Amino acid sequence: MSLNIIVLAKQVPDTRNVGKDAMKADGTVNRAALPAIFNPEDLNALEQALKLKDMYPGSKVTVLTMGPARAAEIIREGLYRGADGGVVLSDRAFAGSDTLATSYALSAAIRKIGDYDIIIGGRQAIDGDTAQVGPQVAEKLGLPQVTYAEEIISAEDGKVTVKRRIESGVETVKAPYPVVITVNGSADVCRPRNAKALMKYKYAAVPSEIAKDEARKEFAEKRPYLNIGEWNAATVEADLEQCGLAGSPTKVKQIENVVFTAKDARRIENNDAELEDFVKELIANHTIG
Amino acid sequence: MANFYTDNNALKHYLSHPLMEKIVELKERNYADADKYDYAPQNYNDAVDSYDKVLEIVGEICGDVVAENAEDVDHQGPHVENNRVVYADGTKRNLDACRKAGLMGMAMPRRLGGLNFPITPYIMAADIVSRADAGFENLWGLQDCAETIYEFASDEQKEKYIPRVCAGETMSMDLTEPDAGSDLQSVMLKATQKEDGSWVLNGVKRFITNGDSDIHLVLARSEEGSRDGRGLSMFIYDKRNGGVNVRRIENKMGIKGSPTCELVYKDAPAELVGSRRMGLIKYVMALMNGARLGIAAQSVGLSEAAYREALAYAKDRLQFGKPIIEFAAVAEMLSVMKAKTDASRALLYACARFVDMYKVYDDIAKERALTLDEKKEAKQYSRLADAFTPLAKGLSSEFCNQNTYDCIQIHGGSGFMKDYACERLYRDARITSIYEGTTQLQVVAAIRHVTTGTYLNWIKEAEQQEVCAEDEAVKNVLVFMTQQYANAVEMVTGVKDSNFQDFMARRLVEMAGHIIMGYLLLEDTQRNADFRRSLHVYVKYAQAEVAKHADFIGNFRPEQIENYLYKEN
Repeated sequence: MSLNIIVLAKQVPDTRNVGKDAMKADGTVNRAALPAIFNPEDLNALEQALKLKDMYPGSKVTVLTMGPARAAEIIREGLYRGADGGVVLSDRAFAGSDTLATSYALSAAIRKIGDYDIIIGGRQAIDGDTAQVGPQVAEKLGLPQVTYAEEIISAEDGKVTVKRRIESGVETVKAPYPVVITVNGSADVCRPRNAKALMKYKYAAVPSEIAKDEARKEFAEKRPYLNIGEWNAATVEADLEQCGLAGSPTKVKQIENVVFTAKDARRIENNDAELEDFVKELIANHTIG
Repeated sequence: MANFYTDNNALKHYLSHPLMEKIVELKERNYADADKYDYAPQNYNDAVDSYDKVLEIVGEICGDVVAENAEDVDHQGPHVENNRVVYADGTKRNLDACRKAGLMGMAMPRRLGGLNFPITPYIMAADIVSRADAGFENLWGLQDCAETIYEFASDEQKEKYIPRVCAGETMSMDLTEPDAGSDLQSVMLKATQKEDGSWVLNGVKRFITNGDSDIHLVLARSEEGSRDGRGLSMFIYDKRNGGVNVRRIENKMGIKGSPTCELVYKDAPAELVGSRRMGLIKYVMALMNGARLGIAAQSVGLSEAAYREALAYAKDRLQFGKPIIEFAAVAEMLSVMKAKTDASRALLYACARFVDMYKVYDDIAKERALTLDEKKEAKQYSRLADAFTPLAKGLSSEFCNQNTYDCIQIHGGSGFMKDYACERLYRDARITSIYEGTTQLQVVAAIRHVTTGTYLNWIKEAEQQEVCAEDEAVKNVLVFMTQQYANAVEMVTGVKDSNFQDFMARRLVEMAGHIIMGYLLLEDTQRNADFRRSLHVYVKYAQAEVAKHADFIGNFRPEQIENYLYKEN
């Protein structure tokens, strides 16, 4: 038995070391000031995908990422670690996407890939921390979802068995596949890049990268595995109204570095009245809403 | 999130040494594999780019995994269970990461599953691994033994064992016995040929690093009744066949993650490597030379780690209202540590390049006859490798002991506690000047290159290099030191007494080493100004050391040796 696995991965600015210039005056992220990295929990997800491939030889791992052409680096990083191929979903029409528009575009690309058993991504990206894209992709594709996964134990007889990290411990669940799984940062770290795979794939690129370099073009023609797919809105037949800014109801007001200052813990009793009062209080002081 | 390759610019500097282009071109047979293997380089730049990127993987694994595990591994260590070694948990994770990254069998040819790396980038990996955990470097670095199989075993044996090493199986070299340490001629482990021509081994080995490895190279006595080195042959023992048990592992001072085993061979089936009787005189010598270069790399890695630990602490630790690095006494220690680290690294990679050059010609000679020029070049580099290997091993291991000592000194009382990495580094460093031949034995191997002039000839050639005006003065100091060295050599060889020459040998070898490292740093500085500080600090240090030895030799009357010798009672 072999599986078709799609890994959703995002290239993110490394927000773990945020300096003063991390945000532009308009409140958007200053990507130039932060190195672009493979979103950490997406690496955890990639490892789970590669483990499934180890468990079920013949399985195929495809990495899917949305972003500018330079996000092809994410696909290369995947190939160095054992992925079989990848696609960069890239179009100006996708610029400014919030989680809703992102999950729309990704689900369109997944439909285009067509053959899939398991779609797996990190729980959340470190630039937005929303944890929404995975679940939204599941909704858009009408698939079941398993979140906070820590280990995929098996994928047999049409069902995956997954260990989830929940607040009070670990629970093991089963779900039919195709399924969307989002992986928690507490899962196994991703395996290192493999030396041979790196030397094999270091020139892999998307067409728009290859176009800039004649010598590369010829080389890539001789070696088909060096060609990374690059799809746009038209390739995945996306409805432009649902893409990018047009498809994004979220409006960013401001980004700030929040430092938790509260010193005292408050205990809320587990009844509707107290919870409702507490939510009202949080809305009133603009903590939420 | 540390990367032990990208944070150390010296490594990239040596990767782009002018001689590398020739080494790579020969090693890649003019890039003949380019279209045969999808991971083979197309040209020189492509090859160096691949080395660079693979070393980045090494640096990442070492920074994020191996270094992180080092303390736990040191505490937990391996143990023996049912005659088998069980590694510490961290060691298992380290090995797993190295296997997945494909960092085993790096120098082996592609057709046998390797990466076909020259020795130089492979030694860089060893340098990096050792900085992260010197004990782990032993396990990882024993892939060196595959080189001996590649050089001397039959095609059938190469095809059987080398791909397994490349896939991640570990190796060991089973040489030492209770009564055969430095003196390997006394090896007694018995190899017996059965009627069907196959061999079995019986006896005991001691102090075997990673003695429960998958594939062993074993030195054993194949010639019944013989008593010296000419009765010894080399064998491969495959753990899959069984017959060797681990009786115990040693409780050591340092490199505690690396299991040092006592092995019992009981009718253990084994395969003869190469020709009978050549075990010690040819194969072990080759094996040892490779291993010595490995220990030199291990020493340099330890020096690097010690310097960095000391530097970080000295910047951080406040006394008398300021960081201690601002006190001249501490600053001098740090500067000298850095200079010794850089000097020993310069020597290490010079040596690695020489080894690369002669080995690649040896390998080509198996495919076709070398031209006269090639033969001449091969011979010249073989001689240089032979001269530089004991120098690199001997001096860099002494330096790493000094550096880890100073590292603790800079930490003060805290350094004596188990709270900082420096005490582990200090313990780990101690073995480097002992195993694979003590410093005293490196001197024995090096002294003939003092008396025959290999070092002096190399130095005279190095003297020809053009240097920028800024470094003229330091070059003049090196020229002066060379004169002192030449005089000392003449003085010592002029006394026709082998006891006297043995007594002075270490001094002469050290003098040569200091001058050579000075010239290497001078050359490095011409290509990269980052080395200038170390060049100046090192030559200042070396000048005083050379003067000290010159003074000792100059003021020593041969009959005074009587005061030092112990005669049988």
